[in-house]
Amino acid sequence: MNRVAGRLMRSPEGVAGFCLLVLLAAMALAAPLLFPGDPLVIVGRPLTAPFTDPALPLGTDRLGRDVAAGLMHGARTSLLVGLATALVALAAGALVGTVAGLAGGLVDEALMRVVDAFQIVPGFLLALAFVSVTGASLPVIILAIALGAWTGPARLVRAEVLSIRERDYVASARVIGMHPAEIALREVLPNALPPVLALTAVIVATAVLVEAALSFLGLGDPNVVTWGSMIAEGRNVLRTAPHLSIVPGLGLVATVLGVYLLGEGLADAMAGREARG
Amino acid sequence: MHRALTLTRRRIVSSIPVLLIVIIGTFLLLEAAPGDAVDAYLLSLGGGDAGLVAELRQSYGLDQSLVKRLILYVGALLRFDLGWSVAFDRPVLDLIAERLPNTLWLMGAATALAFSLGSLLGIVAGARPGSLTDRALSIGSLALYAVPSFWLGLVLVLVFAVALRWFPTAGIETIASGKTGLARVADIAWHLVLPVSALGFIYLALFLRMMRTGMAEAWRQDFVLFARARGLARRRIVLRHVARNALLPLVTMLGLQAAAMLGGSVVVESVFAIPGFGRLAHEAVSGRDAPLLTGIIIVSAVLVIVVNLLVDIAYAALDPRVGSGEASS
Amino acid sequence: MSAPLAEIRGLSVSYGRDDARSFALQDVDLDIAKGRRLAVIGESGSGKSTLALALAGLLPPQARIEGAIGWPGLAHPPVAGRDIGMVFQDPGGSLNPVLTIGEQVAEGAVRHLGLDWRAAQSHALALLERVRIPDPQAALGAYPHQFSGGQRQRIAIAAAIAAKPGLLIADEPTSALDMVVQAEIVALLDDLVREAGMTLVFITHDIALASGFADDIAVFQRARLVEKGPAQAVLTKPTHAYTKHLLAAQIDFSTPRLIDGAADA
Ligand SMILES: Nc1ncnc2c1ncn2[C@@H]1O[C@H](COP(=O)(O)OP(=O)(O)O)[C@@H](O)[C@H]1O
Ligand SMILES: [Mg+2]
Repeated sequence: MNRVAGRLMRSPEGVAGFCLLVLLAAMALAAPLLFPGDPLVIVGRPLTAPFTDPALPLGTDRLGRDVAAGLMHGARTSLLVGLATALVALAAGALVGTVAGLAGGLVDEALMRVVDAFQIVPGFLLALAFVSVTGASLPVIILAIALGAWTGPARLVRAEVLSIRERDYVASARVIGMHPAEIALREVLPNALPPVLALTAVIVATAVLVEAALSFLGLGDPNVVTWGSMIAEGRNVLRTAPHLSIVPGLGLVATVLGVYLLGEGLADAMAGREARG
Repeated sequence: MHRALTLTRRRIVSSIPVLLIVIIGTFLLLEAAPGDAVDAYLLSLGGGDAGLVAELRQSYGLDQSLVKRLILYVGALLRFDLGWSVAFDRPVLDLIAERLPNTLWLMGAATALAFSLGSLLGIVAGARPGSLTDRALSIGSLALYAVPSFWLGLVLVLVFAVALRWFPTAGIETIASGKTGLARVADIAWHLVLPVSALGFIYLALFLRMMRTGMAEAWRQDFVLFARARGLARRRIVLRHVARNALLPLVTMLGLQAAAMLGGSVVVESVFAIPGFGRLAHEAVSGRDAPLLTGIIIVSAVLVIVVNLLVDIAYAALDPRVGSGEASS
Repeated sequence: MSAPLAEIRGLSVSYGRDDARSFALQDVDLDIAKGRRLAVIGESGSGKSTLALALAGLLPPQARIEGAIGWPGLAHPPVAGRDIGMVFQDPGGSLNPVLTIGEQVAEGAVRHLGLDWRAAQSHALALLERVRIPDPQAALGAYPHQFSGGQRQRIAIAAAIAAKPGLLIADEPTSALDMVVQAEIVALLDDLVREAGMTLVFITHDIALASGFADDIAVFQRARLVEKGPAQAVLTKPTHAYTKHLLAAQIDFSTPRLIDGAADA
């Protein structure tokens, strides 16, 4: 583990991603301290330009809300949605994949057809439909996005389970008389983990982007600030105050890029590769 | 040819149960919505009396049990009847048929752009793994890959439509221009440049990265050493031996990304006000139009199946090992 | 005897950083005589392939090379493919799976003999006939996976000699094949070299295989050349302990070997 961390810190990608994410996490954590009020509350004159009012460093939007506060609180939402979605998707995927792989036969067949079904429906449409049925709130949005993200881990875990299942130590665990569920938990899952972790970066990044897109379409949680909704808000004054749309978008790019960079660095580090020169 | 036919048939047969799961799942999901189509319809009318409600429910079959309605729905699907849109007060199928071509153009053009430019730049990067060009393209593509398409769309509008005035800000064609024939095609193409870029750039980055990784892998293969040992020109080794092999996974990715791209078209069409399939989905959600949304999801699933079918056929044509039964490694 | 084709002098090849340098070849002096068949013998990791790659100028960029290889038998520095043909161990991996046999055999001729593709294809047809591929006309349009391991190695040999190189280096060309096929490939190489008057460097870890048809033998052990000389002398009066050990281990020729790889269809 230390070796992996060491290699990670020597790869430029890994370091860059790590720094970006630490910065964004710091923003997210500091948001309630620096901007304790509700970022959705009107605090000043509408469309105050940035750098003109020391109390409102980045100015205000069309409704007079503090852009800096929105930006910081938006980081919170994006990171929360990204991580929570990955957690849900991984848990669900690992469960289904393990059950399918260990059970085999008809159960496997049926579960894999369900996975297929989820993969041929565009995840974004599925999220749209789910949110429209249940109403937009952060937990619902997280579930909705996870709905389109769990199939990747499920396939991966199943393949891993199938390949590991036949190897010696699982056979010997069986001989010792371990329960299949115990085998799954103690032997199979830990081995299947590294490739799944690589997939995590993709899921987090996708979740951040999908949440932003939902918010942009006005289907996000109306009670929290999101970068997507800020972009949508700013769009109304795109010609006169383009920074209102551009700045939160940069936040999204930084987040997603950070996740990808860190993921790439981690994958290289885990595979034992040094930074390619 | 026979091989491709068998492959196609097998694919179609195996998609049937999957499609059935999609249909049932979507139907049940949208059944779970609070209120039904009649409520939504009445809301749009501003209310109605109880008699009208019962009559409408009966005409939509909403007074039946869930299972019965599902069977009715599937039966109707078999007759290519996707139901009635409440928000538009028109058959769902007509709406989709009207909107789908715009989206297919958008997606087709975005795919063509992403695939051609992405694989080309991927070859440039992968020709010398680890070189300065390679690293620059790698970082650049990763950054591009992180850009949300709707935001990219807005930035493109800001730069190329508002500031430079090279392209229109929105729409699929100039309204009431009276253009016909080639002039109209050119007009549509001109309108599509920005949306296609917004939708396609992410995939361009993806294809570039896949091509680059695939080439790095191909360089390590024995047949490349053998090609070098025969003193072949570098150009031929890069293009014919390395890139040709790295291209195969890209073709597979083309199918895997079809669903994601269809989802991406929802936002891009909303940004550019393109009356397409994706925007229809957004409108269905806004109008609480469950039958329309159900139809959209089912049609998109069919679309994804068809795209994957085409990709399979293309793959079989490109990889001589497919379907020969002897395919190893 | 005329001047040697190649003179290897003080050749060392090493990898790794300066503080942890590992030698794949160390201080090798060896002549390759024109028109003769040299067997290079040694266990796995002894540096045989490194020697082959060094001769063809195909060492990876990170390899550090010291010493020199002179080519008194050539008027110009050798060009891989045109002056040196190479055949590798794994016939499955040597051929590009998505290109036709015809293209892969012909491309060397297009490159070095200045033929156009049509002429190169009929050249390829003749080559496939020469390496005894059944139905060579059909083989031109076929792909590698449609052939057995032994046939693939024949095709690779055809591709390697397409530009009529004077030197053929075969790096364990039979190690991945079963025994019957091994003998056929060796016989084929022997024929081809004899017919065309080529020089052959045959690399193997199997001294029994080498003893059958080599004129000269060079024995490598842990990156060093430990013994060289005419085959007869090396086989009957080995001077180095390692050569003696190799010979002793191979006395019982009927012992089934462990290296036989995939069965040949
Ligand atoms: N590209 C390389 N990088 C580092 N070490 C290498 C490389 N190629 C070969 N070696 C090392 O050089 C030694 C000789 O290898 P090789 O010439 O392939 O032996 P042989 O062909 O006799 O089995 C081995 O220890 C091998 O690990
Ligand atoms: Mg070797």
